[in-house]
Amino acid sequence: MFILAGFVGFELIKRVSPLLHTPLMSLTNALDAIVVVAAIIIAGRQESPLATVLGAIAVAASFSNMVGGFVITDRMLRMFKTGQPKKS
Amino acid sequence: MTPEVTQQLLDAAYIVATVLFILAIKWLSSPVSARRGVLAGEIAAALAVGATLCNPELVAYKWVIITLILGAAVGIPLGLVHMTAVPQRTALSHAFGALSAALIGIAEFYVKAPNVPRFGMAEIGLEVIIGSLTFTGSLIAAGKLQEILPQRPIVYRGQNLVSLSVLSAALLLAIALVVNPANTILFPIMVVVALVFGVLLVTPIGGADMPTVISLLNSYAGFSAALLGFVLNSKVLVVAGALDGSSGFILSVIMCKAMNRSFTNVMFGAFGQVQAGAAAAAEERTVRSASPEEAAGILAAANSVVIVPGYGMAVAQAQHKVRELYDVLTKKGVAVKFGIHPVAGRMPGHMNVLLAEADIPYERLVEMEEINSDMPQTDVALIIGANDVTNPAARTDASSPIYGMPILDVDKARTVMVIKRSMNPGFAGIENPLYYLDKTLMLFGDAKNFVGSIVRELAGGHS
Repeated sequence: MFILAGFVGFELIKRVSPLLHTPLMSLTNALDAIVVVAAIIIAGRQESPLATVLGAIAVAASFSNMVGGFVITDRMLRMFKTGQPKKS
Repeated sequence: MTPEVTQQLLDAAYIVATVLFILAIKWLSSPVSARRGVLAGEIAAALAVGATLCNPELVAYKWVIITLILGAAVGIPLGLVHMTAVPQRTALSHAFGALSAALIGIAEFYVKAPNVPRFGMAEIGLEVIIGSLTFTGSLIAAGKLQEILPQRPIVYRGQNLVSLSVLSAALLLAIALVVNPANTILFPIMVVVALVFGVLLVTPIGGADMPTVISLLNSYAGFSAALLGFVLNSKVLVVAGALDGSSGFILSVIMCKAMNRSFTNVMFGAFGQVQAGAAAAAEERTVRSASPEEAAGILAAANSVVIVPGYGMAVAQAQHKVRELYDVLTKKGVAVKFGIHPVAGRMPGHMNVLLAEADIPYERLVEMEEINSDMPQTDVALIIGANDVTNPAARTDASSPIYGMPILDVDKARTVMVIKRSMNPGFAGIENPLYYLDKTLMLFGDAKNFVGSIVRELAGGHS
């Protein structure tokens, strides 16, 4: 699974033009923030106070990445415009 | 719904999210479809988070909801930072991502301790080490980029030995835990050692090497998430982590190639130490300098101009003035292009984002290889705050520390103009012979003010 995903990722990312390397990094960061899913489960399962606290911090940290990552990627991409006046 | 059906629905949601993640990256390959990619990512994330909130394993929602709101409250302002702050924001988000992955690993350990299975312990150990070192390493990188910490490399004798010993210590502790997972006291020590290693890894690195470091930390953050996916048996985590990890990895490789550094050189943090020795050889040579009026005259007479931006443009916030220059030259019928070196700035693609922010059409931003073939037919190459990436010594002088690094061949243009604050050698302390060529004019001053003066001159009088 990991190797497959790594391979697919490799093939896809090689094709991303250097023009978009910064948005690429911020988008993959936002996708990576999917660890929030695991954090939610840890925080919500109430297994031990320690796990809940650690999970809760993890939820905040990764969710801020997710939201912030999408917001900034979209802002960046909106700025990439072609010379042609119309064509949004 | 029966638990089986719920579980199947959850699994289905995760699979859809996984596919959408892959599509998101695929669509990002072109600026035309890139925003669709972001949308796909957003839907996938919403789906995965929504599905998780429906997971019957969840019993207490209070902290989950509070921290989700808190995360959004922190995340939105971080998404709205100014474009010049993007490198440090990115470093900070690597830190958050790694922190989160490390904390989940730690929580998972304590939930299972002292009966952690050996294989699981190996996964958790590796995951927590990578997560922890990426967390502190990224914080240091963000501090350097925000200029809270000094940007110059901090080096001392035996540094690599110390760093490697600390890393080995963390790994040995992990191995000891695998051998005997019940020995839980070793776990927090391992975490602390890994945190210390993160600091040691990034402190010796200078600002000019940040593009590589950020990419590398990106890849570490991704791989720690993927490992976490193994620990928790979650495919969506494995895929997202692997995508992020391989993206960071590829970017690091591109950055390494663009600086002619070997990957092992970077992996061991032994970089940022380009010796300043070459600067010592500099004898007194004369340079020609010019005023904004003269520069404007030369630009107005040109048919084709290539502008080479660098970190200096970002520091001076000169991108909007550069756009005015682009406008006024284009209006006069001068063909203007931008030559972008892969490591210009402080993160991969940094210059592209700044110029795009200033509304410069992206077809005008040309990659190094392509622009180099145009250079001999170019009338004027205007360099704004870039230095080492234009240094012809990389091609000609085998003793130069940057020998072999691919550069923008600005010296092949008919006239070269360099906007620079002073004759101080750049970050790496390497003398740039470009400045002493007969066809080179030095334009001394702040990038923003100087470009502004040229624009006034061009727009003013004789149009």
